[in-house]
Amino acid sequence: MHIIENGNVAAALGVKLCHANVIAAYPITPQTPLTEKLSEYVEAGEMKAEYIPVESEHSALAVCIAASSAGARSFTATSANGLLYMHEQVQWAAGARLPLVMCVVNRAVGAPWNVWNDQQDSISQRDTGWMQIYCSDHQHIIDSVIKAYWLAEKVSIPIMVCYDGYILSHTYMPFDVPDQEKVDKFLPPFRPEYALNPDEPANLNTVTLPDVRMDVKGELAHGYMEIRYLLHEEMRTSLTVAAEGEKRFADIFGRGGDPYLEPYLCDDAQYVAVSLGSLTYQLRVAVDTLRKEGIKVGVMGVRFYRPFPDEAIAKALKGKKGVIVYEKALSYGYEGALVSDLKSALYEYLSGTGKLPVVQNFIAGIGGRDIKTDDLTQTLRDATKGRVSLQPVWIGLKL
Amino acid sequence: MQAKTTILSLPTEEFVHPGTRACTGCGLAIAYRVGLKALGKNTILVVPPSCLTVLQGLFPIASTKLPCLNVTFASTAAAASGILATLRAQGKDNIQVAAWAGDGGTSDIGLQALSGAAERGENFIYFCYDNEGYMNTGVQRSGTTPIGAVTANTPFKGKLQQKKDVPAIMAAHNLSYVAACSAAYPLDLFDKIKKCMDMPGTKYFHIHIPCPPGWGYDARYGIKVGRLAVETGYYDLYEIVNGEFKLTAASEKLVEKRKLVPVREYFRSQSRFKILTDEQIAEIQSQIDAKWAKYYKKDE
Repeated sequence: MHIIENGNVAAALGVKLCHANVIAAYPITPQTPLTEKLSEYVEAGEMKAEYIPVESEHSALAVCIAASSAGARSFTATSANGLLYMHEQVQWAAGARLPLVMCVVNRAVGAPWNVWNDQQDSISQRDTGWMQIYCSDHQHIIDSVIKAYWLAEKVSIPIMVCYDGYILSHTYMPFDVPDQEKVDKFLPPFRPEYALNPDEPANLNTVTLPDVRMDVKGELAHGYMEIRYLLHEEMRTSLTVAAEGEKRFADIFGRGGDPYLEPYLCDDAQYVAVSLGSLTYQLRVAVDTLRKEGIKVGVMGVRFYRPFPDEAIAKALKGKKGVIVYEKALSYGYEGALVSDLKSALYEYLSGTGKLPVVQNFIAGIGGRDIKTDDLTQTLRDATKGRVSLQPVWIGLKL
Repeated sequence: MQAKTTILSLPTEEFVHPGTRACTGCGLAIAYRVGLKALGKNTILVVPPSCLTVLQGLFPIASTKLPCLNVTFASTAAAASGILATLRAQGKDNIQVAAWAGDGGTSDIGLQALSGAAERGENFIYFCYDNEGYMNTGVQRSGTTPIGAVTANTPFKGKLQQKKDVPAIMAAHNLSYVAACSAAYPLDLFDKIKKCMDMPGTKYFHIHIPCPPGWGYDARYGIKVGRLAVETGYYDLYEIVNGEFKLTAASEKLVEKRKLVPVREYFRSQSRFKILTDEQIAEIQSQIDAKWAKYYKKDE
């Protein structure tokens, strides 16, 4: 059924369709309408779930971690400093291999205080062992939540579904709400390998030594390093699993296709703009303008940021003259995190082939600074003429 | 009123294997062993980093026979809430959730999550085992370290501030049950746990835990030191049932006796109090006397 609603409602509907049965949340703008909506569903009896209004984000994720350890499909959502406050728990959930789904409604982090959109919050959690999906519209949000539960539970790795605050969370767009029966067909009930219970006691997440150690039966158990290696290795494998999930989703719902990338006019393009989230769609307008000028440009959204689809990216960008990465976050003291990752992938797959594109980096929209489509068009036009700078260029800076 | 448990009527089933990694003479080992006997088999435990994490052993071997979720330092009570929510969602109403955290994990870093859970009325038992310092990290001061105690980060002057009264903070949440216990009186702990298990909402236990390396006494004297704390009127055993305060066990008997052991004996039993002067001890003695004068008056 097609409805017109905001991005937060799209996320809430996705969570409801997935029958999450433990939800914990703490209010933070611009996430709040999402979790308020879930509390409405629960109180109205439309959703059979426990809603825990915790006293902090740290506790929100603690509730989800424990709930998942006891066998519940759990959900939380946050933004900005809320996510930073969770950081310890974010790492914990990944190490404990819990299939949590968390929406991150992207917002700038303090200091100074700023409630507007950028992506520094979730980008700063890149190395925590969570998978990350970036959504570019409302359909993506609701579909991603559903796919995220499937994937997370398949590989026992938590996943963040990230979408831009206000630009997506608070704007209204038409989107299709999938049928419950179809979702139930796509997503089987959560059956964890182990759930806390007195009939089968186990001591979870206990102190684990650097080296392997024998159990009481004389069998070798993993050391900390093996446990962490497997998290990495199985997250790499998740790329393949995500592709299976995408196909399964497409078969049932009739949409989707590429789990990693969202290319627009890339096939014949000499230059490709790359971005995460809603900026991808804004860049399409710039691309359309430049195409009319005869400049062969395209734009590629990166939907999966962790695990990083390095091979797919290198393949898609092979032989392009230039790649221009637009980011709403950066690794302070160097450049955007995405551009670093992307350059690394290109170097790995294309060095020595003579097909290595020139890569440039623009930083835009930090702290919600308006990103004008004209500025995107102009910077993209400039970048096709040659390297603008060796350093990341901040768009719209007024110094 | 339930009959008092004796060492003969204490259940024989053990939930803590012998040979834990606790220090010799650890007060927690006693309280935990007896506490789990009271909680029984149908229990899920939540434990943050603390001495108990060490006591329970190293992966893949555990000394506890109950399911246990190890969680981050600040999140104990929130994690308990998550398990409770899941049990409700699964329709399981016969499983007890119990959190065991140290005094740092309760009075300092875990207080926010605990207060949140208590305010929400989460139906579980929270045990704070109070060895009066960050013993697991090498004896640093915590919110519940008493005034005058030398610790690794109050090395010369001792702690200058009062012990934080966590049971009073928890009682201010209008809990159905708050208890102060001691590892030196394990049967009192056992009976209190049994008493509150079916009470609604959050139940809070504060357990005084003598700690040989942290307090500085010969490991064989743990019970003696723990009892001295009670017999001197320095640490009181009590319960607060739906807001009603009542001294229990040995502390209750002290009211009848109207005679406290001088607190000097307690202080002189441990090296951590070695810098307390006679004047300081006299000052603390007068505070204890004033507190007990109120207990006596209430009794009249």
